[in-house]
Amino acid sequence: MEAHRVTDEIDWIARAGIKAKGKRPAYFEDPATDRTLSIVMALVAEVSVMRERIDTIERLLEAKGSITRADIENYTPDRAAGKERGLLTKAYIARIMRGVQQDMEALAELDTPSVEELSKTLRDM
Amino acid sequence: MSVDEVSPPYTEVTRHAVFPTPSHDEAARFNFLANFNKFMAAGIGAGNALTYEKRVLPALVKAHGREPKDRFEIRHAMNRDPWHRYWSALKRNSMEMRQQNGRAMVLRQLDELDAKARQFNEGRDTLVLDPSVEVPRYQAAIDIHCMPGSYHGEERPGDVSAGANYDCGIFATTGGGLGALNDGGGQALVEWIGKERPGWVPKRILDLGCTIGHNVVPLALAFPDTEVIAIDTAAPSLRYGHARAQALGAYNLKFIQMNAEDMSAFADASFDWVQTTMYLHELSGSALPRVINEGVRVLASGGLMLHLEQPQYSDAMPLYEQFIRDWDAFNNNEPFWSAMHALDLKGIMAAAGLPHDHQFVTGVTAVVDEAIFPKQAQGAGEDHGRAASWNAYGAWKPTA
Repeated sequence: MEAHRVTDEIDWIARAGIKAKGKRPAYFEDPATDRTLSIVMALVAEVSVMRERIDTIERLLEAKGSITRADIENYTPDRAAGKERGLLTKAYIARIMRGVQQDMEALAELDTPSVEELSKTLRDM
Repeated sequence: MSVDEVSPPYTEVTRHAVFPTPSHDEAARFNFLANFNKFMAAGIGAGNALTYEKRVLPALVKAHGREPKDRFEIRHAMNRDPWHRYWSALKRNSMEMRQQNGRAMVLRQLDELDAKARQFNEGRDTLVLDPSVEVPRYQAAIDIHCMPGSYHGEERPGDVSAGANYDCGIFATTGGGLGALNDGGGQALVEWIGKERPGWVPKRILDLGCTIGHNVVPLALAFPDTEVIAIDTAAPSLRYGHARAQALGAYNLKFIQMNAEDMSAFADASFDWVQTTMYLHELSGSALPRVINEGVRVLASGGLMLHLEQPQYSDAMPLYEQFIRDWDAFNNNEPFWSAMHALDLKGIMAAAGLPHDHQFVTGVTAVVDEAIFPKQAQGAGEDHGRAASWNAYGAWKPTA
């Protein structure tokens, strides 16, 4: 639980996510693909947030034995811990983005035959 | 990118006295976005050039029997390429997510933030708001860089939400490249002038389009005896920026709500230094020369005019690079970006009274605490449009 305090006048949850003025580019033929990617990316971010929170809990428990939610909210990693947590996030992003990154690598070998073509070649070799 | 190159944690961002307090998870969201943006640029940004060389350019040449004629033709072709499309869609989402997280963090604590800003703003003559200043049409047409409400939006009258959101999230957009106070540009100006004119103490400095004063506060602190004035049309940004500047001890810095197209409130030749930092691209085709003209008018003879911007496009810049530098124009609500970067800025400055032989262009890189905040990649892994290094287009005004 985050220690959110709701202001009386502003529905901060609804107002936080309002659309910026200006037409959004369509990146895919099917608008559903654009929408689905937004949902996936939000989920990707939230998993990263949960992982970082678990890391915070682990570090605090290791140091103190028992903790409060305030401890979690106030946790500030030192330089080494900050770096380790950055690496966790970086490695996580690398796993999530593997497909896009491998598509990029495939661009460098566009002339390479498919496995099917290769298998025929090898058969007759 | 070396394996241990990561964005510094959000907890390294300096929390000055009006900075919104992040919850654990809000900080973690920015940590994700900062590292994600780093991955998109340094990790796979080169894929855009690769798909252009391997797939898009050959098809374009085949279809037209010639090389592409401009960056727009490349953009239309690239926008049909599946790899570039996917990269752009991811990047656009990252921009939108940064806004939602920043706004959530600010709006849930807006009562406290407004109260803190009031403590620094009320009764001080260093904040001058003028309700008669209108939001320029080029600012109202679209929300700049997908920031809902842009620099001038208010959730309720008199609030600081726009400024606070801008301040708290720029870390994620730049991967920490601007330093703990996001003032790496301003720090770079201080370092540059110290080398260029050692010992020079300008009497008056004017910063145009200051937003929340990230880059003018370092100047005010470096020249404590100088009268520094920062103007912008957006009151919510000025309220936050003034409170922030006061919290950081920049008492010689005055924020005035004013449109730089008409600075008739200032006398001719009344400033020794007229500065803009990442501002010109947020104007319009007719506003930009007016702002330059006004800037030159209020500049004293022998004074300095300096504009920090991303590099201008020229015939020497490959069309592909022009295209990728244009990404923000069409994907991140920067409608003047593309046209501005193709302008003959030197010609406009010359026409305004700063002759070519008094002009100079130099490179400026963000000055940050490099023990914590990494230097930003340039070239293939550069985050075009956000890289914390700029071209400075400047001139010393001829002495009369």
